[in-house]
This record gives sequence, structure tokens and C-alpha cells, in this order.
Amino acid sequence: MLKRLPAPWLLVLPALLVALWHFAVELHWVTEGIIPSPAQVMRSWHTWIFGSSTAMLSPYSGTWVDNVAYSSRRVLQGFGLAALVAIPLGLVIGWSRLAARLVDPTIQLLRPVPITAWLPFAIAVFGIYDASALFLIGLGAFYPIVVNTTHGVRDTNLLLLRAARMLGAGNGTVLAKVVFPSALPSIFTGLRLGIGIAWTAVIVAEMIAVKSGLGYVLWDAYYVGRMDICVATMFSVGLLGFVSDRLIVWAGRILLRWRALEAHG
Amino acid sequence: MIEIRGVWKEFAKGERRVMALQDIDLDVAQREFVAILGPSGCGKSTLLNMVAGFDHPTRGSVKVEGEEIVHPSPRRCVVFQEPALFPWLTVMDNVVFGPKTRGQPAAEYRSRAAQIIEQVGLRGFEASYPAELSGGMRQRVGIARVLIMEPRVLLMDEPFGSLDAQTRSLMQELLLELWQRHQQTVLFITHDIEEALLLADRVCVMTARPGRIKKSIRVPMPRPRSIDLTLSPEFNALRREVLDLIREESVRAAMETERA
Repeated sequence: MLKRLPAPWLLVLPALLVALWHFAVELHWVTEGIIPSPAQVMRSWHTWIFGSSTAMLSPYSGTWVDNVAYSSRRVLQGFGLAALVAIPLGLVIGWSRLAARLVDPTIQLLRPVPITAWLPFAIAVFGIYDASALFLIGLGAFYPIVVNTTHGVRDTNLLLLRAARMLGAGNGTVLAKVVFPSALPSIFTGLRLGIGIAWTAVIVAEMIAVKSGLGYVLWDAYYVGRMDICVATMFSVGLLGFVSDRLIVWAGRILLRWRALEAHG
Repeated sequence: MIEIRGVWKEFAKGERRVMALQDIDLDVAQREFVAILGPSGCGKSTLLNMVAGFDHPTRGSVKVEGEEIVHPSPRRCVVFQEPALFPWLTVMDNVVFGPKTRGQPAAEYRSRAAQIIEQVGLRGFEASYPAELSGGMRQRVGIARVLIMEPRVLLMDEPFGSLDAQTRSLMQELLLELWQRHQQTVLFITHDIEEALLLADRVCVMTARPGRIKKSIRVPMPRPRSIDLTLSPEFNALRREVLDLIREESVRAAMETERA
């Protein structure tokens, strides 16, 4: 086992990267006026979040919370919808050979189509509305959840299935009380991958298919040459993605307490 | 009680067809404890799986209480070699899985579960998860969750095979004690001669693949038995006899494997 590094060490690499960035701007290693310095980004980010008393007429001043709320709501809805469809579908595909034959080839054929390639289709069908964004986010998150759920179901220990059957369990009970809990670790892997894709999809969708949210701000700021806001947006999305991933891991820890015991045993 | 008549079992192994069991006839009387003893790969677990309802014969019939076996049933419960407990359930929840699934009232099965957990020596571990238990303790849970079903037939598939010697003899004594109390019909699969002779009323020695029943040997030792029995001269004479039968088969099995 590797010894655990004390907390300050975890910050060494990020600090070096920020320092590199800072000096790259200060010493003019990069084209002047295009890449903002870390300090500049922090200042703009602050104004973006809290507004500014000097009332510089910035269209971004004080709009951060609203835009974060727009994007987060879309991610939550799209991701929730995806999970709601993908988990039961994955259970059925993994469980029934017939369902696998009927549905799985279609999923595998559609899965390689990148989420970005669906954009024109989504706008054509749903218009420049929320529905477009939700469609893209939901579709993106759907694949990893369904694939991992299916995998988890197929991985269920045969002896556990036999044990349940001999103890009098019918199909429904076996599915709910044995297959589902046994697939849960895999399902959580799918959820983690899914939430990552959901954040990617929301930015893409907001850049083109709707007129609000972090993705919209990102593209808009780029057009008006506000690279400081672009970078602040990147950090914001990264932070939100990180937090939502931690939330899923945390929920998984609580639900999968028995697994932690196994790992230590 | 258990009637196995002319059972053959063939497996497809890639292109080849493998004969696992050949013309097995076996009767187990009510409350009889029968051990099936044989070298590994002789199909003894396959035979047990057929009685459990997990597998079906290619030819022949397997009946319990006059009924052809189609599906697994709580009347024929198995204790597996791997305890096969539900790792996400506590000891108590594992034990009550069967009664709960069958919709019995909680008030009734809770007290019965407590009693059986006590009998298998797991009191105080009701709230533990399988991962927190030793191998022997897990197997005790495996036995408890089956006993609570009050099965007509208890099927045991090398239940102590993966335990260390010390734990194994403790578990054998526990099983003797439980059997004395619950008086079930038992079909016990093992490759351990001493274990078979200590526990069973009758030991059926199987041949190497294709598995046939080579000889059925009565164990006339009086009950209740304890582990000390294994030191007696009668026991050792029986062990000698079975050992000779088994050795022939092990040699044959080893030669088969080399040829394959």
C-alpha cells in the first residue's frame, strides 16, 4: 500500500499549473490580450457572481447564479429522465434474452452516434427550446447507464439466483431482491459516467439550442471577446461536474455499505 | 422419499459430448442421511443439482415424494459449498429471506429465526453482514436460512469443503446435532471419506467420469455420534474399505485427465 499523502501535497500540481499560467501571461509567452491572467479571471468571476457596485455596464454582472441554476436544472432533469428509463430497461435487457434480442442491437447501433451529431436533429424536432437540451442530455446520459446496468445484471452470481429460487422466490422477487441489489454497484458506475456526459451535453446544447445557461454564456462571451468569462465558465462547469459526481459517489457509499465491508475483509 | 431411476446426464462441451452420469439408481428413505462420495469431476454435484431442480436429467427420472422434479422448491433446500449468502443483507435478513419471500407473518418467523440462529451458534451476530463473518460462520448462516424453511430434503453440496480442518470438524458436529433435532432426509455430497462415514447412515461411492454408483455401504455406528467415533477400530475398518474403492477411482480419474 502507498502511504497517503498529507492534504497540502494534493495542491502542489494545481498550484504549479496556476503559476505557469500566471507567468505565461505576465512574461508574454502567449499572445497579449487573448489569454487573461488568473487574477483577471478571478476578478471577472467575482463580478459575474456578486455584481459590481461601480456599475460597469457588463451584461454578465451578477448573472452567475441564474445561469448555474439553468444549467443545473437541465442536467438534473435530463439525467433524471435518463436514469428513470435506462435503469429499468437495463434490468430487462440483462434479464431477458428476448428483450436483449429486441432492443440491444438498436442501442448498440445508435450509441456510436456522438451527442453533438444529434444537435441539428434535436433543434429540427424540438426547436430552440428546453426540450432540445433535455433530449441531448438525456440521450447522452442514457447509454452508459443502460449499458452498465445490463452488465451488472448479467454479472449476478448464479448461486445467488439458485439460492433465491430454492427459498421460494418468483421472477419478480428475484429481480427486485437479488438481481437489482447485485447490479447496484454497476448501476452506480453507469450513473457516474452518465452525469459526466450530461454536463458535456448541457454545454453543447446551450451553446446552440437554447439561449440561457453556462453553455450559452460561454459561446456568447467568446463572440464578444470576453475570454476571462469563458475561462470562468470552464471552471464553473468543472466545479459543478465535480460536485455532482461526489454526490453520486456519496449516495453510492450509503447504499452500498456492504461492499465497503467486503473490500476491507 | 428420493427416487432416482436410470438417470443419465450428457453435457455438450464444445464439439464433444461428455457423459457426466451413467445409469444412476438411488433411493433415499425418509429421514435417512446419505452421503455421496466420489473423486472430483465424477458428476456428484450434477446429481444433487437434479434433486434440487437446478438441472434436469438427459434420460431417467428424479422424484421426491413421488413427484417428478421440475423446479427448485423450498421443500428441497441446498447448502452450497460457497455459502452464497446475499452480501447486502445482514445475518438476520439472510435467514428470514425465505419466510419473508413466502409472505409468512413477521411475528412468527422472527422468533423462529432467533431460535435457529441460536442453534447454529450465531447469537449476537444478527446485525452483521456476511463480509464481517469468517468462512465457518458464513456456512452456519447458509445452514440456518435453509433450516428455517423446514425442508423435506436437505441437500448439501460439499458444504464444509472450503473450511479449514478445525472449523470443518466443528461444523460436522454441529450438523450431527442439528440433524438429531430436525430429522430431515439428507443428501450430502463430499470427497472426504471420514466426513461421509461420520455423518451418514449410508455412503454411496461413485466412479470417475462417467459417474456411476460403484457401491453403497451402510454405516452401522450407533447415534448420536461424535467426532471421537473416527478413532474407533470399526470406523477405521470401514474407512479402509472405502479408501480402497476410492483409490481405484482416483487413479482412473487421473489417467483420464492425462489422456484428455
